Amino acid sequence: MKEIRYISAINEAIREEMERDENVFLMGEDVGVPGGSFGVSRGLYDLFGPDRVVDTPISEAAITGLAAGAAACGLRPILEIMFMDFMAVCMDGIVNQIAKMRYMFGSQYAMPIVIRTPSGAGLNAGPQHSQSLEAWFAHVPGLKVVMPGTPYDVKGILKSAIRDDNPVIVVEHKALYALKGEIPEEECLVPIGKAYVKNEGTDVTVVAVSKMVHESLKAAEVLSKEGISVEVIDLLTVSPWDRETVFSSVGKTHRLVVAHEAVKSFGMGAEVSAAVSEEIMDELDAPIMRIGGPFVPIPFSLEKAYLPNADHIITAVKKTMERTF
Amino acid sequence: MRKPGKKMLIQMYEKMVSIRKVEERLMEVFSKGEIPGFLHVCIGQEATPVAVCSWLKDSDYMANTHRGHGHALAKGIDLNLFMAELFGKKDGFCRGRSGSMHLADPSLGILGANGIVGGGIPIATGAAFASDYKKSGQVTVCFFGEGATNEGTFHESLNIASLRKLPIVYVCENNGWAEFTPQTVHMPIRNVADRAKAYNMKASTVSNKILDIHKAAGEAVERARKGEGPTLMEVKSARWHGHYVGDAQKYRPEKDVKSAKQKDCVADFEKKLLKEKILDQTKVEKIGENIDKQIEAAVNFARESPFPVPSELMDDLYV
Repeated sequence: MKEIRYISAINEAIREEMERDENVFLMGEDVGVPGGSFGVSRGLYDLFGPDRVVDTPISEAAITGLAAGAAACGLRPILEIMFMDFMAVCMDGIVNQIAKMRYMFGSQYAMPIVIRTPSGAGLNAGPQHSQSLEAWFAHVPGLKVVMPGTPYDVKGILKSAIRDDNPVIVVEHKALYALKGEIPEEECLVPIGKAYVKNEGTDVTVVAVSKMVHESLKAAEVLSKEGISVEVIDLLTVSPWDRETVFSSVGKTHRLVVAHEAVKSFGMGAEVSAAVSEEIMDELDAPIMRIGGPFVPIPFSLEKAYLPNADHIITAVKKTMERTF
Repeated sequence: MRKPGKKMLIQMYEKMVSIRKVEERLMEVFSKGEIPGFLHVCIGQEATPVAVCSWLKDSDYMANTHRGHGHALAKGIDLNLFMAELFGKKDGFCRGRSGSMHLADPSLGILGANGIVGGGIPIATGAAFASDYKKSGQVTVCFFGEGATNEGTFHESLNIASLRKLPIVYVCENNGWAEFTPQTVHMPIRNVADRAKAYNMKASTVSNKILDIHKAAGEAVERARKGEGPTLMEVKSARWHGHYVGDAQKYRPEKDVKSAKQKDCVADFEKKLLKEKILDQTKVEKIGENIDKQIEAAVNFARESPFPVPSELMDDLYV
């Protein structure tokens, strides 16, 4: 094992996959010589050159469509969109083209495209550089959406995404870029569509993604001192999500809290809660609680007031304990 | 630049007549309700796809638009399977999932017609990027209308293609109408080709006559093939019918329709070939009859092909 930062784990995954398969290339704004706006691709330009580490103009709509065309013609693009907020500019390419080209054209195409993008608040980047928009993409058939929260997971799932013949949106959290964690020296692949129990518990299940997994683990530690045993599940893949792992945990704890940083309304928490209610309502001993951002843009100065955190999760867990049916 | 020989001239004539007749037949079956949804015909514009695609190999790529029957047929799509797709049948190229607006045949480099105006332009640019990346020598042709050149994807894509000297030919069929709106209302310039200057790209503007288009396309495809970069080609084309079949064109002055019909690229070419004795009246009639037979066979094939069944709805969304 070695200790590595989240940002370097991404870099390693890209490098290893580009070494493995010459059809894999990285494309985006400032990804080449500058090494990426956050430094994710530092060194890759020197290793692979301008043909495979492609600096593009600030033209998100075109480079998204370009990735679609390149994938349809046998390449495996990794497209970096500098901030997830900018994916609003890519929506036709992602929603109408990339997500539909396989199905609409009679499944004649594979669309092996990875779109990597840093999401989330925490750097005082303001309303247009801080959003978590995973629900938009999870709502579109034909896409997969993953939200890794640790160096190990981001490396392993990004490698799986690059090898996947379907389009995968890899949502990185920019506030996790400096996070250190252990990863194995040898090949590590983390499967798409599988959730992981990150802390075993018996009283309440907390399902979280990305940075909220860390907040959930903090909450679990505090709550354990108060005698409440919390099972924390890292969903990891938002679409298609691992119903089996969630249902089996809820079958054990009979209480559920879902936590994400994106606004609560119509978010991933709504989907997970609704599915649990539809499928295993009789397992529940208390109402499901959702934690998410408030329904408001993320302000520059009041960012802390916006961000959901461990305290919110603690409160929600306690509520599910109090509100037993 | 080679001029088309007699054989090529006749082939191009046959292709143009075939596209015209296919779409006339499609309008009939559509009006009878045999084809649901929307249908956009390219009657009046047949010269462009035929002339441009005459320079392409099967392995070359092509992206096109919602008004895309002509492009697909000119690139060589199988008429029976084409018709089956338009009828929404299982034997269609896209298993009845695309209909008229999204025809694709990767085996002929037909990347897929696009229902989003300007949507195909960056995809075509991506195809050109892929052949440049693989140094495969393939050329990409991207068809769109003048309306699409007001989309950001057009400008962004041309900028990238010129920067990277991609092997692509952008073909703008300027028929003067962006859906229901005339060019004078949506664009402050008359020649779309002028837009190439902003991207330091070669450009040309030609009439709706097939030999003019053929020459300009030949130069552009050759430039792409040699790795000398992209071209924006504009054809002053003519849309005879409405935006879609059934559009009464109440927004369009009658004299505009009349002048579009005067630019009849099929009749023009036929007249020229007759005058130069490359064809005679008997041959013209025979060509027409043969095409009619092929079209009837395709319509019957489509009618007899089964519809996809509901149990296939979820099939193969993911690999």
